[in-house]
Amino acid sequence: MTESNQPEKVFKTEEMVLNMGPQHPSTHGVLRFELTTDGEVMTKAVPDIGYLHRGIEKLAETVGYVGFMPYTDRIDYVSAMTANQGYAMAVEKLAGIEVTRRAELLRCTASELNRISSHLVGVGSFGLDMGASTPFVHALRERETINDLLESLCGARLTYNYVRIGGVSHDLPTGFIDKAMVFLNHFEPIVGELNRLLSDNKIFIERLANIGVISKEDAINYGLVGPNLRGSGVKFDVRRDEPYSVYPELDFNIPVGLGKAGTLGDCFDRYYVRVEEMRESAKIVRQCLLKLKDLPEGDIMGKVPRKIKPPKGEVLVKVESSRGEMAYWIVSDGSDNPLRLHCRTGSFTSMGIIEKLSRGMMIADLVALIGSFDIVAPEVDR
Amino acid sequence: MQPFIDQIISECEILQGLPLWFSYLIFQLIFCGIIFVFVAVFAMLAGYAERRVAGRIQSRIGPNRVGPQGILQSLADGIKVFLKEDIIPTHADHILFRLAPYFIFIGMFLSFVAIPFSSQWVIADLDIGIFYLLAVESLVVIGIVMSGWASNNKWSLLGGMRSAAQIVSYEVPVALTILLVVMYSGTMSIQGIIMAQGAAPWNWNIFQTPFLFVAFFPLFMGSLAEGNRMPFDMPEAESELVSGYNTEYSGFRFVIFFFAEFSNLYLIGALATVLFFGGWQAGPLPDFVNGLLGIETPLSAAIVKNLVELCVFMFKSLCLVFIVIQLRWTLPRVRVDQLMNICWKYLVPVAFFNLVVMGIWMVVVPEYVTDIVALCMTACGVLLLGYFFYRVAWQLKNTKARLRFNPLS
Repeated sequence: MTESNQPEKVFKTEEMVLNMGPQHPSTHGVLRFELTTDGEVMTKAVPDIGYLHRGIEKLAETVGYVGFMPYTDRIDYVSAMTANQGYAMAVEKLAGIEVTRRAELLRCTASELNRISSHLVGVGSFGLDMGASTPFVHALRERETINDLLESLCGARLTYNYVRIGGVSHDLPTGFIDKAMVFLNHFEPIVGELNRLLSDNKIFIERLANIGVISKEDAINYGLVGPNLRGSGVKFDVRRDEPYSVYPELDFNIPVGLGKAGTLGDCFDRYYVRVEEMRESAKIVRQCLLKLKDLPEGDIMGKVPRKIKPPKGEVLVKVESSRGEMAYWIVSDGSDNPLRLHCRTGSFTSMGIIEKLSRGMMIADLVALIGSFDIVAPEVDR
Repeated sequence: MQPFIDQIISECEILQGLPLWFSYLIFQLIFCGIIFVFVAVFAMLAGYAERRVAGRIQSRIGPNRVGPQGILQSLADGIKVFLKEDIIPTHADHILFRLAPYFIFIGMFLSFVAIPFSSQWVIADLDIGIFYLLAVESLVVIGIVMSGWASNNKWSLLGGMRSAAQIVSYEVPVALTILLVVMYSGTMSIQGIIMAQGAAPWNWNIFQTPFLFVAFFPLFMGSLAEGNRMPFDMPEAESELVSGYNTEYSGFRFVIFFFAEFSNLYLIGALATVLFFGGWQAGPLPDFVNGLLGIETPLSAAIVKNLVELCVFMFKSLCLVFIVIQLRWTLPRVRVDQLMNICWKYLVPVAFFNLVVMGIWMVVVPEYVTDIVALCMTACGVLLLGYFFYRVAWQLKNTKARLRFNPLS
């Protein structure tokens, strides 16, 4: 046609297929992406999951109801407490086991502390993905204190196995409430410091604003959950909308994305929801600790039969894990092993939308997108 | 360097018996060796210092096991890397893969030829020294692209390509800024530029006019980008490209990349010191030290003078190096397209504007106004520095890890 078209004919270009992962610093674990790129700009990024599949759901069919509890830790090791709680609640509902109020409060305290530590890892490693290594270390410093607290509570620092079917494994150690209060007083200003260091940083905001925008409709249609869903402005939180445990008594807000940096539902919104959630969780822990202080000493385990043999039937229980709604579906055939157990997790659901969002993105943006979903690879594959 | 060598020869009888060219050759070789050792030692110590500073910024300790306060940590790391197997990937371009580190190495070390450490200690005081510096620094980008291409790794290739685009782009604002300083000083010789400034802060180029002050930032950002330092470390963006162009290198070849990185760190500081902070100008300090030591002979006096000037130069450039390190551990990384935007949309226009307005200023504004402006600017600079120290002190005080629980207590 004209001369301007000729160079395209002379220099043949083709797209480059890049393999990102399974070993890559920003895929947050063993996760692989197949990128089709034209230089720095991607035409497509397809997540390839399954590198961390350990068959945890199948294991449940052989190890029995009680034996499966430690495996739930490994579903989401960054937020093991909520995974514990979800499974325990499912079995309790199936077998009709009552949990004491003290145990509920302890569960709530533990899982909210765990939510803070999980979000600290999420927010910190997101900073790391964006090239800022200092906020990560500062976040992990705070997480260390939470680990210390939870260690004094249950003896473990990562895979707690604290929640038991019918209650929890240990009561509060002496001085826990005071220590936790000291931590909370220290922690709440730290969130502000983190904002100064990272969230208010011009470079950081510029990197995230208007990147990976998910509309409300898309977020619902693709089944996003938790902070990823709320980042798009959907005010849905299992703790508030389908309350469980002691959450109805507690006073907390549900932070949603506001489009502070650019468009509603961009990477910054998802990130900032987590920062705000840390504040809310700190508020919840404070309330739980005050309630625990007033509560007289009592049983931490409800009446649990020696052998858990739930009646025939099936049950679906949802909890708000750090990575969003976590659902356990258990089918019982009346024996002491579940017939089928399924666990639906937040990181897994966020995998679906990546291919759609990645069109026309740059490689550096994909790192931001993955980071903003706060993916924990073992939770994707289970 | 020649006057200094002449002075040594005139003092030393053994050397007078030798042909002059031979003495020159010997001395130049010795000085090259000193520069080489300096760069190696600097890379080692800077690596250590960077990790300690980073440790403090990140409220942790940093390396403190090898040697007193961990000062030998870099040596231990160096030995470790030396002992690594030298791997060349199977389908790599062998020739280019081996050649690339040489380009980087040579580009880096050629720059040191023109760096004036003191009034007499400079390997070659070229008439077009600053031009030469710009030219040889560009040699590095060839090495980087070469290593990225030869590695037969798509990620390395991306790193190399990013680096080429980045360094070539950022040379424009850097060159324009240097041109501004050259215009103001009226010479392209690095010694000449330093000589045109004075020892006192109000005689430094940076505080001469507001335009020179503004011009410092394109230069500083540009040299950060050319040295692949945070926040512009695109080519080796750890979380994106894993390690960029040097991913496939190991052993001694990797050490060369490491050396190049840290000698570039020093060059960033040295270049800014030369152009804006008065270089080695020490004013009456050398005479004062000579008087204090009671030194009479001209050779010893010259050595002491040069040593004092060296210390001044080192202090200034190391302060800037410290700021570069601090920036690296504070800021996130910008994206590739944003990097280009910063360069072409902001730095280049600012540098151009500065160049033009500065030219007009030099013609129009009388000298006594410039002197007053310089004094005011210096005062502002001192205030700025004070604020900087205040912020750093505030952060140090407030970000300490204050809480330590013993779970068993």
